Amino acid sequence: MTAQPTDIATYNFAYLDEQTKRMIRRAILKGIAIPGYQVPFASREMPMPYGWGTGGVQVTASIIGPDDVLKVIDQGADDTTNAVSIRAFFKKVANVAVTTETAKATIIQTRHRIPEHPLSAGQVLVYQVPIPEPLRFLEPRETETRKMHALEEYGLIHVKLYEDIAKHGRIATTYAYPVKVEGRYVMDPSPTPKFDNPKMHRSPALQLFGAGREKRIYALPPFTDVVSLDFEDHPFEVQTFDQPCALCAAENVYLDEVILDDHGGHMFVCSDTDHCEKRREQGHRGHLAPEIPLALEKTEPAQ
Amino acid sequence: MDIVTQAIEGGFADPVFDAQTVFRAVMDAMARPGKLQPLPVFTRPPTPLSATAGAIALALCDNDTPLWLDPALQASATVKSWLGFHTGAPLANTPADAHFALIATPAEMMALDGFSQGTQDYPDRSTTLILEVSDLVSGAPLLLEGPGIEKTATIAPAQMPRHFVEQWKQNNQRFPRGVDIILATSEAIACLPRTTRIKTMEA
Repeated sequence: MTAQPTDIATYNFAYLDEQTKRMIRRAILKGIAIPGYQVPFASREMPMPYGWGTGGVQVTASIIGPDDVLKVIDQGADDTTNAVSIRAFFKKVANVAVTTETAKATIIQTRHRIPEHPLSAGQVLVYQVPIPEPLRFLEPRETETRKMHALEEYGLIHVKLYEDIAKHGRIATTYAYPVKVEGRYVMDPSPTPKFDNPKMHRSPALQLFGAGREKRIYALPPFTDVVSLDFEDHPFEVQTFDQPCALCAAENVYLDEVILDDHGGHMFVCSDTDHCEKRREQGHRGHLAPEIPLALEKTEPAQ
Repeated sequence: MDIVTQAIEGGFADPVFDAQTVFRAVMDAMARPGKLQPLPVFTRPPTPLSATAGAIALALCDNDTPLWLDPALQASATVKSWLGFHTGAPLANTPADAHFALIATPAEMMALDGFSQGTQDYPDRSTTLILEVSDLVSGAPLLLEGPGIEKTATIAPAQMPRHFVEQWKQNNQRFPRGVDIILATSEAIACLPRTTRIKTMEA
């Protein structure tokens, strides 16, 4: 494919220069070879602030090709600022097709959710990670946490979970719930709700994690054992909801609370907007679903 | 053709997209060990460097990555100047300094533990070996399991290093340290990351 005579010609394909891509690509390969280990990389300044997904954007920019179809979600939603901006960014600098449909995407960049629709073998899930080090709030020194990973010394994180039980009677960690990868590295699954942790276990998709500010990349190859830490008498449990989605009546999905007025009115809706829209198209209706049917453009081809 | 012309010609026709295609094939192969990833011919390096190994080198190596060449490649001044011209990668003084090693004759190669294994703190600082093999079906079959493999996978690469199964077992035991291998045939690649275990076949 030759570059189009458009305004993208002033950038290299996918924004990053080739040497940067090679450096990130090498880090990704090492990450895949050592599942759960955080590979340091020379994170670049991106045209968005740290905290807006610069790590995920750099990973996506390094793997994306002209034939890819990109989906970007922010807390499960395709239509929030972060998701829309990053999707527009890649439409501009890589000229790729974008979609909101989970099943049609080849690369899904995500902030803090794993889609409800099961991922398939050809897909790559790219996580935006703020703090990649699961031990960071227990031990602030990088030299020490590195040694702890090297020696597989994870007692501290079990103490943290135990303190939860001592204080609250249960493990009160609800997001960024630590996992153990292939029985070796303890890994931060990024601030996804622990509801999503079981989806990481032996997923057929490749999962890549990019932390831009903290300059770390890590990965989970497909079919990798990802076990949430717990205790025999306090086994790992995911959140449950006592009511279905107010728009599509879905159960056993992750719900967001939406405030409706200043009199305490609220509703619970699917956090995964694509999943919710799909269900409503199929005729599922919750008790607050609007009468007007949806008519949304889901996929935009490359120009 | 003189050495200068041979050193300059035969690189990526379209560096950005060729490198991306090659990398994606390597990434998919690394994520799914033992699964063959087809790769079209992108480069025409001087012999004995194969087109596939040359393409992988061009996609991943640059002036940050010291390269080690096995004696067969080391003997060819053209190969060295071709890699130098297209990647800018310096040659490593010893295998333990190399980020990548290109091996044209794996059957005669040195032991895996001679390459950089990384450290316990930084296991990523290890050598990635690119082995040129003639095919992945005619050698001794290797039954693989580990991350990236749903149940088991089988490849049978030809001309593998001596005592490879035993060497690979030792490589597994060094985890998280250890080397990763990219097997390159003329039309496909397959990977053996350090997490992949070779199950001995029951007779």
